[in-house]
Formats: sequence, structure tokens, C-alpha cells
Amino acid sequence: MSVGLVIVSHSRKIAEGVVELAAQMAPDVVLVAAGGADGDGGARIGTSFDRVQAGIEEASGGGDGVVVLTDLGSAVMTAEMVLEFLEPDARSAVRLAQAALVEGAVAAAVQAQGGSSIDEVLRAAEGAVVSIRPEELEPFVSHAAAAPGSEAAGSRGAASSGDGPRAGGSWTLPNEMGLHARPAAALAAGLADLDAEITVNGVDGKSVMLLMSLGLGQGRTVTVEASGPDAQAALDFVGQAVESGFGEPS
Amino acid sequence: MSVEGTAGDAGAATTLDTAWAVRWMRDTAQVVSENRALLIDLDRAIGDADHGENLDRGFGAVLSKLDDGTPETPAAVLKLVAMTLMSTVGGAAGPLYGTAFLRAATSLGDATAVEPSGVAGMIAAARDGIVARGKAEVGDKTMVDAWTPAAEAAQTAALAGATAPEVLAAAANAAHAGAVATEPLIARKGRASYLGERSAGHQDPGAVSTALILQAAAEAAGGEVA
Repeated sequence: MSVGLVIVSHSRKIAEGVVELAAQMAPDVVLVAAGGADGDGGARIGTSFDRVQAGIEEASGGGDGVVVLTDLGSAVMTAEMVLEFLEPDARSAVRLAQAALVEGAVAAAVQAQGGSSIDEVLRAAEGAVVSIRPEELEPFVSHAAAAPGSEAAGSRGAASSGDGPRAGGSWTLPNEMGLHARPAAALAAGLADLDAEITVNGVDGKSVMLLMSLGLGQGRTVTVEASGPDAQAALDFVGQAVESGFGEPS
Repeated sequence: MSVEGTAGDAGAATTLDTAWAVRWMRDTAQVVSENRALLIDLDRAIGDADHGENLDRGFGAVLSKLDDGTPETPAAVLKLVAMTLMSTVGGAAGPLYGTAFLRAATSLGDATAVEPSGVAGMIAAARDGIVARGKAEVGDKTMVDAWTPAAEAAQTAALAGATAPEVLAAAANAAHAGAVATEPLIARKGRASYLGERSAGHQDPGAVSTALILQAAAEAAGGEVA
């Protein structure tokens, strides 16, 4: 069993598309699309209290709770209303994520696929993209578009900021699949609670999406830079995870 | 309809009973339908052009529900409206007005007739619900800019000893003035906020529909609306 996800969008097509995308990486997770409103054959732009309510009920079938992701304003308000109408028992097993819909849904689905708890799934969703300010998306865009590699990270090391102890190191990815969705989720989850600024090849190590966007395959180098009180712990965690090949075959 | 033994107000003020609540909602459906094009145009200027259509659909559904049978108290009428709007409106007005009418219903309890102080409490509860749901403040160019002066005017009128219909009229007039005053504002909430400065120069459609709804409430009670 796993945490289920409900995707609430003004557009039925967006909700269904996000479910389709996330399902690729999380085949065992219950993903429910709750998009659009009644009218125009069910394709009217808007959000529906009834659809969100039914979606949460369907997604809670797994028994491990439900994380709801939304797009614009009224989708959030509709979801909040539905939550207020739930019985306390049911309500305690539902979380409303404040996350970018597409990135959050993919990150949450990957996390749920790994059997994580509802709050870990929520954290994955909310950590997927911290902000949609374009300058903060820059590493995501550039690393995804250009051929990724560790050189970029090395060249920017001097400019990095942060207080407290610093630590850094590099490892070669031994496992056949490289830093794909599951290991990315494991790394981000393990680093999430550490008190340190951590970059992996120049991107935020606490973001599943940014780690995945590096596209690092077998034999590529993982370079970690950390600063802050838990810098060494972060380094040790990544090193151990990479050296073990994330428990996967090499 | 129901005549209560507690003949409080002097004069011939209309009792705000269940029949009034039903008239209010039927009048609202009519006035929303008549102003559908206006609301759509206002929303097209600064939003997604769906406010008039969504509200018209929502209150049309309310009419069907009321045709099926009349609830027993004013609060039950408002609760029926809340649930219907939440399910049928689709846009932001669904959860916002749904919350407003739900909170208003809760504030009335099981009273069969609403006293002046009850009117003021009902409008304040609706306003508080909208603020809690939409997280907007006065000046953000939203329906809060109509609800807040309406709640304040209702409170002032009730404390001054106005009848219940007079309290409603005061609220409606203040809501109307509040809606007009949204015109120069720059939106900070809702879809219009994406427009930034381009959102100035148009009244907020949610504030305008709020004024229409409160005007219908006053007129259904026989109140004089300027």
C-alpha cells in the first residue's frame, strides 16, 4: 500500500496529464485526477467540490493517507473546503500540499512509490520546486537542457555562500540506472532534515526534481558541496548512498 | 408566513423569516441573471471572464433546489445555497460564496426570524468566512472590499437601533460604494493579480456581485436601497 495522490486542476486535461506523467514513475501509486467542473461535457474550466471530494475518497483506498496537489487559487480554496467537510479521522490522513503542481506531483508520486509516509510524501511535493522565481529555476533549466556534468559544479564552487563548516567530495555512480527517480528521492529525503546548504553538481540536493534533472547515468561523477552545521553528515550520507549504488545492481 | 410571538420592532418592518430568505435567494438569482453580461465583461477585463456565467449557473441551481422544497429556517435556506454554490459554481466564487453563506447560516442558528443584531452578525460572519478562505485583505481589489464596509455599516446601523430591513439596506449601500471604490485599485489577490497595474481602471466583479446579492437581501425585506 502507499500514499495516494489527488491532482486538482481547473482543467480536466491538465489533471489527467499530470496523473499520466506521474504514473510513469510510480506505477503502484493511486493517482486520481480531479480536474475541471461540470458543464461542457465535464470539460468546463473550473474546480468541482464534488470531484475533489470523490477523488480524495478514491485515493484514500490505499489506507496510508492522501496528499492533494492543486493549481491556481480556487482549486486551493475548493480543496480546503472539502477538507473541512471531512470527518476528523479522515481529515487526519489528508494533506494539502503547497507545491508547484507538475513538479510536486512527480516528486510526491516517486516518494509514495518508495513506500514513504504521508508527511514524507508531502515534503517531497513541497520541496520539488521551492519557488517559481525564474532565477531559481535557472539551474534546473540549464542542467536539463545542456549536457549535464560535474564541471559546472566545480567552476562555481568558489562563489558559494553559507555559514559554518564546509565539506565536499566526489563519487562515481556505480549502479546501472544512475541517479534516477528512486535514488534521487532517497537522497533528497535523507538530506531534507539536515541543517546545511547542500548542492549536488550545482543543484539543490534537497530537491528530487533538480537531482533528477541532472540526468546522471552510471559512471558519472557526483560532486557534493555542503556548508552548515550538518555539512559533514550530509557528505557522509551521500557518500554512503552512492558507494552502495543505492542498493541497486551495478 | 410564520408570525412570531416576539413582536419586537415598532412599525411595520418586514420580518426576516424563512420566506424572506427564500425571496432573497430568488431575487439574487434574478439579479445575477440580469447582470450576467455585466459581470462577464468586468471579469473579462481583469480575470477569466467566467464570473457572470458561473454565478448565473450557481444561483440557477439554487432556484431548482428551492423549487424542490422550502427549508424550515433562514439558516437552512442559506446552508442549502452554500452547498449548491460549492458544487455548481466552479470558479473562485464557489468556495468563497459557499463559505460566506455557510458561516452566515451558522451565525443564525435555528432562529425563525432574524433580528437587526442578527443581520449584522450574519454579514460579519460571511465577511470573516471569505477573508479566511481567500486570505484577502481590504484594498486587494476583491469581494472583501464590498463585504467589509457592508459588515461595518450593518453593525453601525444595528447599534443605532435600525430595523432589520434598514440594517440590510445600510449594508447594501455600503457594499455598492465599496464595489465602486475598487475601480482604481491594483489587484493583489485572485486571477486579476497577474495583471498588476493593468488591473486598475475596472471594478472588481466579485465586489460588484456582492453588492447585487446584498441589494437583493435588502429589497426582499422591503428595505430602501439608494
